[in-house]
Amino acid sequence: MNAIVNLSELIKRKLGKTGLSSFNGGVHPPQHKLESTTSPIRPVPPPARLVLPLRQHVGNVSKLQVATGDHVLKGQLLARADGQVSAAVHAPTSGTIAAIDNQLIPHPSGLPDISITLEADGRDEWIARQPLDYKAMSKQELLDSLREAGVVGLGGATFPSHIKLREDARHPVRTLIINGAECEPYISCDDMLMRERAAEIVRGIEIMRYLLDAGRCVIGIEDNKPQAAAAMRAAAADSEVAIDVAEVPTIYPGGGAKQLIKVITGLEVPSGRLPSEIGVQCFNVATAYSVHRLVHHGEPVISRIVTVTGHVGHAGNYEVPLGMSIRELVELAGGKAIPELIMGGPMMGFNLPSADVPVVKATNCIIVPDSAMFPEPPPALPCIRCTRCADACPANLQPQELYWFSKSQNLDKAREYKIFDCIECGCCTYVCPSNIPLVQYYRFAKSEIIAQDRAREAADIARERNEFRLKRIEREKQERAQKHAQKAAGAKTEAAPADDAKKAAIAAAIERAKAQKAEMTPKNTEAVSPVVAAEIAEIETRRAEVQAASTTEARTEEKQSTEEAK
Amino acid sequence: MLTALYVMLGLALLLGVVLGYSALKFKVEGDPLVARIDAILPQTQCGQCGYPGCKPYAMAIAKGEADINQCPPGGDAGVHALADLLGVEYKPLNAEHGLPKPKSVAVIDENVCIGCTLCIQACPVDAILGAAKHMHTVIASECTGCELCVAPCPVDCITMEPIAESPANWKWRYPVFEIKPEPAVTRKIAE
Repeated sequence: MNAIVNLSELIKRKLGKTGLSSFNGGVHPPQHKLESTTSPIRPVPPPARLVLPLRQHVGNVSKLQVATGDHVLKGQLLARADGQVSAAVHAPTSGTIAAIDNQLIPHPSGLPDISITLEADGRDEWIARQPLDYKAMSKQELLDSLREAGVVGLGGATFPSHIKLREDARHPVRTLIINGAECEPYISCDDMLMRERAAEIVRGIEIMRYLLDAGRCVIGIEDNKPQAAAAMRAAAADSEVAIDVAEVPTIYPGGGAKQLIKVITGLEVPSGRLPSEIGVQCFNVATAYSVHRLVHHGEPVISRIVTVTGHVGHAGNYEVPLGMSIRELVELAGGKAIPELIMGGPMMGFNLPSADVPVVKATNCIIVPDSAMFPEPPPALPCIRCTRCADACPANLQPQELYWFSKSQNLDKAREYKIFDCIECGCCTYVCPSNIPLVQYYRFAKSEIIAQDRAREAADIARERNEFRLKRIEREKQERAQKHAQKAAGAKTEAAPADDAKKAAIAAAIERAKAQKAEMTPKNTEAVSPVVAAEIAEIETRRAEVQAASTTEARTEEKQSTEEAK
Repeated sequence: MLTALYVMLGLALLLGVVLGYSALKFKVEGDPLVARIDAILPQTQCGQCGYPGCKPYAMAIAKGEADINQCPPGGDAGVHALADLLGVEYKPLNAEHGLPKPKSVAVIDENVCIGCTLCIQACPVDAILGAAKHMHTVIASECTGCELCVAPCPVDCITMEPIAESPANWKWRYPVFEIKPEPAVTRKIAE
């Protein structure tokens, strides 16, 4: 505890000279970055088979644009963004669509999800690439092309970038922060990208700055990456716009968006708000790089830099086509594709469900662990309320309280204590002397609250629809009753004249028919001999007699029957 | 003596006017208790409670005609919430009204559907789309899983399918830890 206080004191003293501020808590886990920064970024040729999940970003699942059996070129659109909060998926190499089905994806659930399987043809043939003249086009067009190119936050959150780059009249962005802090141990993909491709990143930052019309632009880099900082400083000096490079103190989680904003601007993002609401927007360096690739080269997001480290032969950074199997990647790096692989860092990453999952836009690091590196944590002991977690929490929360509420499933209380401000950085778990896996409890409580909210929303919609249906049925009943009433009333008043008219019409028709009958001679009796004519006349008189008799009979019968009825 | 009486009378009149005015001004429309009970009910509108929908059940509970443990879709959590709200003792769900089931949606076998519209008339939330002699289909996102459309179907083409777990609706599990015997202990047992 003393050590922590002294450290933050030290940092504060150091920051006093640089004009930077600091955030509460944070920890100093062993870095382990050197292993993967000794060799340059190695390009990985596209493998024979790629699996591209349609859910690689935050938001709606992309809409399929291809069918099984289609031949596609490198960079061709496979799935379009569906709605605003969504991003497109493209082919990382040329080949044939082998299948569109559920495949295992790198997700903590270990559940399969809809994915496109692409069999490469080995030619790696690009589609026509068209660099964009971004100053000539409207900002909306540029944002739409970012959406169509699948540009998402490559720091790990994979939030579609075009939404964050929209200009908002209510909250103009004053400070654009480019996040190159990379605070999590083991990960070095942003570090290597900044060292090797600083100029390209700066080109991307220029476009972002143009889109947001931000006054100030700062690249935040932790001071454990002096080479990256030097490279970025040199590249920024060449730029026509003013871009500052700030070397922020190395402390985990200094690379969290809210923490970096606090350090660089001194502003705190209020609970439940977005950084843009205080005039700050934050992007990862790799996102800036992919903006540059799109605008200046016409290339969509089809690959990313992945750190492969841990128990492997050639730990380092690899430029991997999206969709490549992590098993192949680990074997390429000289490691064994064991089932306990970790995606992301040791603090915030998760255990992959299997090695046979693809690299996706969120895959920044693959760690091949061994028992010496991450020994099994000792069993959790009861909480002793030492509040070390509260001292370490960079979000200024009370982790011990959240733990109690989550453990007892007192979700309303957990929400009241701002569990959704928790960034799941794992500092509390790291410092807990009782080895309680606190973050696991917070994750459980958060997803339970989200599920409850969704159920409530669905119930509200169902209530509304049910009420509407009942109202509709009632209305229809009334309308029907009204119609019936109108008809009944109409029969008495309006029907009389109508009836008369009808009767008159019928009478007229009968008259007409009679006249017609009289006019025409229905029987062909004109051209017959007098004998026959006499016969006919006789028959006619007889028929008349019979008819007369039958009618009188019928009448008497009728009378009888009515009398009987009486 | 008289002054005191007048003062009291005056006060009574004044307060009466204030109370009468506020009773008119701040009149509460409907029964707020019914709305609060209705907010807890899951709005499945399935009628398993014996009332034709969630609102009628809520009204029955408010009147004291119905018990709080008649709603299987609300589950145990729902009974607890109702017990808390009404300040009554918790009761386990009454099995007479059915047992809680995993949330499902109705699915129409579109090859078998004859377009009779009976299910459309049965659906309490208008979640079935179709017209006479035309194929019907369920709007899955609006379906509450009440099963009211299953019985009226003359060709039995409606089935209830539980909602499968996907990465979109997956939830983190409650942390549970395996209790392992210490290596030394296992060695001893082996010996």
